[in-house]
Amino acid sequence: MAKQSYQFLPRFKGWHFIPEGTNVPFMTYRRVCFWTSIAMMLAAMTAFLVLGLNYGVDFKGGTMIELRAKSGNADIPDLRTRVGGLGLGDVQIQEFGDPRDVLIRVEQQAGGETSQQEALRKIQEVVSADYDQRRVEVVGPAVSGELRLTGLIAVLAAIVAIILYIWLRFEWQFAIGAVLALTHDVLITMGLFAVLQLEFDLSIVAALLTILGYSVNDTVVVADRIRENLRKYKRMVLPDLLNRSINETLSRTLMTSGTTLIVLMALYLFGGEVIRNFAFAMLFGVVIGTYSSIFIAAPVLELLGVKRDWSGLDNEAKASAQPSAS
Amino acid sequence: MLHFSGFKTISIVLVCLAAFVLALPNFFTRATVDSWPSFLPKGQVSLGLDLRGGAHLLLAMDTQELKADLLGTLRQDTRAALRRARIGVRAIGLRNETVRVRLLKQEDSEKALTELRRLAQPVTSDLLGSGENNITVAQTADGLITLQFTEAAIRQRIVDALGGAIETVRRRVDPTGNVDATITRNGADRILVQVPGVDDTADIKRRIGKAARLSFHAVHPDEQATGGVVPPGYRAYPSAETAGFNYLLRAVPVVKGDDLVEAQPSFDQRTNEPIISFRFNQSGARKFGRWTSENVGRPFAIVLDGEVLSAPVVREPIITGSGQISGGFTTQTATDLAINLKSGALPATLTVIEERTVGPTLGADSISSGTMAFMLGAVGTIIFTIIVYGTFGIIAVLGLFVNAMLLIAAMTFLGSTLTLPGIAGLVLTIGMAVDANVLIYERIREELRSGKSAVQAIDNGFSRAMVTIVDSQTTTLAAAIIMFWLGSGPIRGFAVTLSIGIFTSVFTAVTVVRLLVALWLRAERERSRTVDVPI
Repeated sequence: MAKQSYQFLPRFKGWHFIPEGTNVPFMTYRRVCFWTSIAMMLAAMTAFLVLGLNYGVDFKGGTMIELRAKSGNADIPDLRTRVGGLGLGDVQIQEFGDPRDVLIRVEQQAGGETSQQEALRKIQEVVSADYDQRRVEVVGPAVSGELRLTGLIAVLAAIVAIILYIWLRFEWQFAIGAVLALTHDVLITMGLFAVLQLEFDLSIVAALLTILGYSVNDTVVVADRIRENLRKYKRMVLPDLLNRSINETLSRTLMTSGTTLIVLMALYLFGGEVIRNFAFAMLFGVVIGTYSSIFIAAPVLELLGVKRDWSGLDNEAKASAQPSAS
Repeated sequence: MLHFSGFKTISIVLVCLAAFVLALPNFFTRATVDSWPSFLPKGQVSLGLDLRGGAHLLLAMDTQELKADLLGTLRQDTRAALRRARIGVRAIGLRNETVRVRLLKQEDSEKALTELRRLAQPVTSDLLGSGENNITVAQTADGLITLQFTEAAIRQRIVDALGGAIETVRRRVDPTGNVDATITRNGADRILVQVPGVDDTADIKRRIGKAARLSFHAVHPDEQATGGVVPPGYRAYPSAETAGFNYLLRAVPVVKGDDLVEAQPSFDQRTNEPIISFRFNQSGARKFGRWTSENVGRPFAIVLDGEVLSAPVVREPIITGSGQISGGFTTQTATDLAINLKSGALPATLTVIEERTVGPTLGADSISSGTMAFMLGAVGTIIFTIIVYGTFGIIAVLGLFVNAMLLIAAMTFLGSTLTLPGIAGLVLTIGMAVDANVLIYERIREELRSGKSAVQAIDNGFSRAMVTIVDSQTTTLAAAIIMFWLGSGPIRGFAVTLSIGIFTSVFTAVTVVRLLVALWLRAERERSRTVDVPI
C-alpha cells in the first residue's frame, strides 16, 4: 500500500455526552421508582376499566371514511347534520390533519355483515357531491372479533417467546425482571391510550410488539453486562454491582434511545396523519422501555437475588439451562 | 477480528456492490428504469395498496346456503332414486341437515336402503384419500330412513365451491382482463380481492353481491287449484316485481344458467326497454327446444337467485337456443347481470366482511410524507452519530448507508411489498440499526479506558459486543416474527422490513463497519507508531 494512503478519513474525536466515570446511584432510587411504577400501572388499569380503550374499527367493527373537500375547507357541522340524519347510531366526525380533510367514524351497525356495507353506501350517497373519498375502512363483526383475538394472542405470544429466550440465555431471575418490565411497558402505554382516548387499532398493536422488542433489547444489554460483572467482581455486593452495570451501559442505552427517538420524532411530525398514532405510541414506548430496563428489570434482580458463582462456566447457555435459586 | 483476507474483503465489497445495483432501480421512475440497457436489474419494490391506492375486500362465502343447496339436491336425488325403483314413499322431509324418508310399506326397507346407498360416492379430496363416502344412509328403529352428508363431503364441497367462486369473482371483477387484480383464497371460506387503482368499490361490490344463478322453470298448470298447498315436486318462488306474490314452479328446472354461453345487454326493439339477449350451448338449446315444443301456450318462469324475474308464455317452440330476458332492468342492472351471467353463477352468496380502500391522493401523500420522515430521520441520526463518535461515527454512517441499500435490495429481491407501516419500519430500522455500532463503539471506549492499546481495544470491542448484539437482536426478531405470523396485510409489511432490517444491520456492523475500521487502523499505523483512537 502506498505511503500517502494514510489520510483515509478526517480525524476528529467523538463527544462523550456521558462523562467518564459517571456513577448515578440508580439503586438508591429503586424504591421510589418501584412505587411510581406501581402507581402508574394502577392508574393505567383504572383508566382502562373506567374510560376503556377507544378501539378503532379494526377491533370494534364499523365504518371509517376519510374525506377531502372538493373545494375549500371541510364543513364539519354540515357533515354532522348530513351523516347524523341517516340514523346510523353513534357518528364521530373530526378534522384529520388538514382543514380540508375529515374523518368520519360510524359505529358497527346491528344486523350483521351486510348492514355495514349498507351504512357505507348511505354515507357515500350524502357526501359524494362535495367530498372526494380518500380512505374507507369497513370491518364487520366477524373480522373485528378475529382481529381482537389475534392482537391479544400476538402480544401474549411475544411476551412468552421473550421470556423463554431470556430464561434460556440467562437465569430465571432475569426472565422475571424482563417480564415485569415488559408488562409494565405494555400496561402503561395502553393506559396512556385510554387516558388520552387515542384510537387503538391494529397499528398500535404493532407498536406495542415493537416496544416489547425494543424494551427487552435494552434489558438484555443491561443483563449481559450484569452477568459479565458477576463473573468479574465476585465479592462486590449485589446493589453496587447492579448499579455499576447500569452505569457502564448507560451511554449505550441513551445513545440508542436517542437515535431511535430522532427517527420516531421524524415519523411523528412528518410521517403523515395515518401513522401519527403509531409513532406516538412508539415514542412513548421507547421512553418507558428505556426507563423500565434501568429501573425495573435490573433492580428486580436485587429483590430476587441471583446466582453469584459463574466461575468455570464459559458456556452461559449450559449454566442457565439449570437455573438454581440462591 | 481485525484481519481480513483478500478473499473476505472482496466478498464484502461484492455484496455491497450487488446490493447497490439491486437497490438502484428504486430511486428512479418506472419509465427511466425501462429505458436502461437490459443487463441492469430493473426490479422495483412493489408498493402496497395503501401506498399506490386501491381496494382490499375480504369476502365470506355463505356456507349455510351451500349446505342447504347440497341437501336440496340430495332430497331430489332421493325422490328420483326411489321412484326409479318403484318404491312407494309416504313423505320425504328435511330436518337438522338430514333427509328423512318415510316409506309406504315397511317391507320395502331393504330395497330402499340398497337403492339409496348407491347414491353415495367416494369423497375425492387431495388431503383425505380415505375413500370415505359422501353420504351416510341409516335407518332408525321405527323405520325412518335418514341420509346425511359426511363432514368430509361438506368440507370438500366448500373447498370446491370456493375454488369456483374465485374464478367467477375474477371474471366479474376484471371482465376485460385489464385490471391487475389479485384474487386469492383466504382461510376455509373466504376470498381476498385486491384491486389496485380502484377507490370506488361500488361497481365491484354490485357485481359480486349477486350469485346470478339463473334457471328456467315450468309453471304449475293450475295454480289456483292448489289452494295454497305446494304439491310435491313444486316450490313457491317469490316474484321479483310484485312483493308478496308467489309463483308455483317445478322444483327441477328445465334449463340452468350453466348452459348459457353468451349474454349481452341490449334493448327491446319495440319497448326500448333494457333487456339481456342470451344464447344456450348445444345441450341447453336442445333441452329448451324440446320443452318449448311440448308446452306451447303455457307459461314458463325465469328465476334469478330464487326470485322470478318474469313468466312469459311460450308462443312458439324456441329451437335456435337464443332468447331474451326482460324484467324491469335499467341499463346498469342489465349490463351487470349480463356480465354476471357470462361469468357463471357463484356457488353461494358472498358477503363483504372487510373493506379497506385507499384513494390515489392519500397513497401519494403517504409516499411523500414517508419519504420526508425517512430523510429527516436519517439526517438526524447521521448528525447525532457523527457528533458522538467522530471519525468512527463517519464509518458508522457509511455502514448505515450500506445497510439501507441492503435492506432495499433485499426487499426488491424477495419481492416483498412496501406498505405505509413498512415505511415506518424502514425509518425505525435506520434509528435502531445504529445500535449494533453503538454497542461496539461503547465497548471500544471502555476497553481504551481500561488502558488497552488501540488494536486490542478495537479487537475486543468487536468480539465482546457480538454476544450482546446477537442476544438483543434475537428478541426484537422474535417480536417481528410473531407480528408477521399473526398480522394482516399492512402489519406484515412492517414486520417484514423490521426483520430484514435486523439482519442487514447486524451484517453491516460485523462486516462493513469492521472492514472499514480495520482499513482505518492499518492506514493510521502506517502513519505513526502509536494510534490514538478518536472515539
